[in-house]
Amino acid sequence: MPRSFLIFGVIAWAWLSSLSAAFAEQQLEPALEERAKLLFIELRCVVCQNQSIRDSDADVAKDLRTIVREQIVAGKSDREIRTFLVDRYGEFILLKPVFAWHTFILWAAPFGLLLLAGALIFRAGRRQSNFVEAELSNEEEQEIARLLEK
Amino acid sequence: MIVELGHMALLIAFSLSVFQSVVPMWGARTNAPNLMATADISSLAILGFITLSFCALMWAYATSDFSVVNVWQNSHSQMPFIYKLSGTWGNHEGSMLLWVFILALFAAAVGVFGKNLPTTLRANVLGVQAWLLTTFLFFIVATSNPFARQTPTIEGQDLNPILQDIGLAIHPPMLYVGYVGFSITFAFSIAALIEGRIDSAWARWVRPWAMIAWIFLTAGIAMGSYWAYYELGWGGWWFWDPVENASFLPWLSGTALLHSALVMEKRDSLKIWTVLLAIITFSLSLLGTFLVRSGVLTSVHTFASDPARGLFILAILSAFVGGALFLFAFRASRLEQGGLFAPISREGALVLNNVLLSTSAATVLVGTLFPVVYEAITGAKISVGAPFFNLTFGALMLPLVLVLPFGPLLGWKRGDIFAVCQRLMFALVIAVVVMIIAFGFLESGPWIAPLMIAISVWLIVGAFAEVLQRSGFPKAGLKKSLTRLVGLKRSIWSTAIAHAGVGVTMLGIVFVTIYETESVAILNPGEKAEAAGFEIEFEGYQTQSVANYSEEIVRLSIRKDGKLVSNGSPSKRFYPARQTPTSEASINTFGFSQLYIALGEVRPDGAVVLRIWWKPLITLIWLGTVLMVLAGGISLTDRRARIGSPKLSKSREVEAAAEASAIA
Repeated sequence: MPRSFLIFGVIAWAWLSSLSAAFAEQQLEPALEERAKLLFIELRCVVCQNQSIRDSDADVAKDLRTIVREQIVAGKSDREIRTFLVDRYGEFILLKPVFAWHTFILWAAPFGLLLLAGALIFRAGRRQSNFVEAELSNEEEQEIARLLEK
Repeated sequence: MIVELGHMALLIAFSLSVFQSVVPMWGARTNAPNLMATADISSLAILGFITLSFCALMWAYATSDFSVVNVWQNSHSQMPFIYKLSGTWGNHEGSMLLWVFILALFAAAVGVFGKNLPTTLRANVLGVQAWLLTTFLFFIVATSNPFARQTPTIEGQDLNPILQDIGLAIHPPMLYVGYVGFSITFAFSIAALIEGRIDSAWARWVRPWAMIAWIFLTAGIAMGSYWAYYELGWGGWWFWDPVENASFLPWLSGTALLHSALVMEKRDSLKIWTVLLAIITFSLSLLGTFLVRSGVLTSVHTFASDPARGLFILAILSAFVGGALFLFAFRASRLEQGGLFAPISREGALVLNNVLLSTSAATVLVGTLFPVVYEAITGAKISVGAPFFNLTFGALMLPLVLVLPFGPLLGWKRGDIFAVCQRLMFALVIAVVVMIIAFGFLESGPWIAPLMIAISVWLIVGAFAEVLQRSGFPKAGLKKSLTRLVGLKRSIWSTAIAHAGVGVTMLGIVFVTIYETESVAILNPGEKAEAAGFEIEFEGYQTQSVANYSEEIVRLSIRKDGKLVSNGSPSKRFYPARQTPTSEASINTFGFSQLYIALGEVRPDGAVVLRIWWKPLITLIWLGTVLMVLAGGISLTDRRARIGSPKLSKSREVEAAAEASAIA
């Protein structure tokens, strides 16, 4: 998409939105703002307890939102934006950790455990099927028939 | 004087629990009834002394006795009386005291209501309960004494403003009853491992206790979530915060426990697993209360700031969790396995439930602890937040909710999947119809939304399939069906309502996640803003000074189609004692949906910045949990779940007598 078109879009949307204070920030055109929002959810407000920059109204969060919007306008991909922020703030900023060797345990845990549970149950089932349910003797069958008739 | 008495009572309770830790269990070993019987009296005495102690601290808070360090640090003479009282447990020391108070309460309850338990089992259970009491009373006396004195000062430092709320008055005690309730199931497990004997009667004794704990935990978590929603002021209801996760973990494994104990009770199967689950659930409760408290979870550094307390907690945790698991590894093989079943059966469905619930608990646990461990090993900081949990937890919950309606319809031992499918056909049809309607009406939003809505409906309608089937409707006719419904076993109703509750909660989550709208408005007095089909007018502005804070309130009128439907008054408060501002959102409920307005800032020129959310069907999230709690309550009234062993009903008694005479 031509850069000039994007910039035009930004300017057009800037005057449409009457917002300018906390959260009243200049938004991008809807499609881009939607992309920005998805990124906001994934990024941590680095000084907050456990808030994404989408939810926080701390100054850092505002700055980070501005940075993300600028980068989107500059035509960077989501991946490039994440890398850019990780370079500046460290991996701490990503609420969804990257999938890599050092986070292997984290991402593998759910599915690894599920597989393990499956394997254990399969083994237990195999062992169980070795048992044959005890057959009833003739006398016992007759006893049952007698009791049922009563 | 009263404060010293409270301290003294705490010390007496401690020595009594040391006694109870040893004597009854020794009695159980040597088969000495009089030694075992001491536990009944001592558990009541401990409860009495801890109650005294707790009341003494509450007295100090009520009278704003600032010569007590704890009161001085967490109270204020101008605070409303109710918050003075609830401030008793709004801090580390006081909440520890509340914790042991509830622990003692449960121990005494086992003594009183457990008269029909085998004497050795009761003695061992009360003994294990006393180990816990001893440890935590020692922890309080040694590192967290709430009764410490200082030279009196005129004014206190105030309670953390965010805690000055009716939510705090109720939320922690509820949560604690939940956490501590699982200590009983833990004690029963340890006692069973010590005795090396376990049967389906054990499950019948344990299940009501687990149910009580689960009910309070469910209510406590739901309240905490609603409290965060209205108090923190940005309209989130679940943050996957370490503190929240810590309460969610025992809930997940506790839910699994309730289901596996069912299999054990009915079919004498899954015994070892149930014992392990009971141990894990209480371990997670301990983790929930103390790891959070020690500060390990939020930051390793807070942990280091009070090393004595932190290390003590770590030692307690590893002793109890490690010890229990060691005992389990050592003794579990002595417990006999019983009851065989086919993969497609009620048992099979409950095993699947357990696999998915415990895997999701493990996932949340790994996600919560990963950053701490990672930082300890590599020194680098990493975040694991909501996007991770939503993805992994969601992926594990999806299969669970899809197959959930099948479970209660399958027969024990060997189920007929085709017959069950037939019975669920109507639920499927209704879900599909709802999905098609949703596709038609809700044009916006992603394609997955109608599908998720349909799954929630499938859950809600499917939950009542068993009730419907048992009523015999429509074959039996309306009148007969209704009489049958009234006479239906309570456990069937509770299953249906609890499962429907899960569906209702899910429906709320789906709607609010996908269709929530958010907007920001800057208004001068008299100006109006449009949001979510409402017209919001800024009418005026006032400041007031109340007790221990000052407040700026914005008056709003909310109109729909020109008609006044509600008034809003979002505000900002400032608490001078702690120099802390808080934001009070204005929440206006329309049906099941809410309009949530938070005050961003008041500008010098008199304009206000408002953040406005439309939260469609959000109250369903909590209404679903209300259903779950209600279902738990119904299940407790079921005759076979009564605490202790069940009594026969009148008619059954007659039958039993007739049978007995026939045999004779």
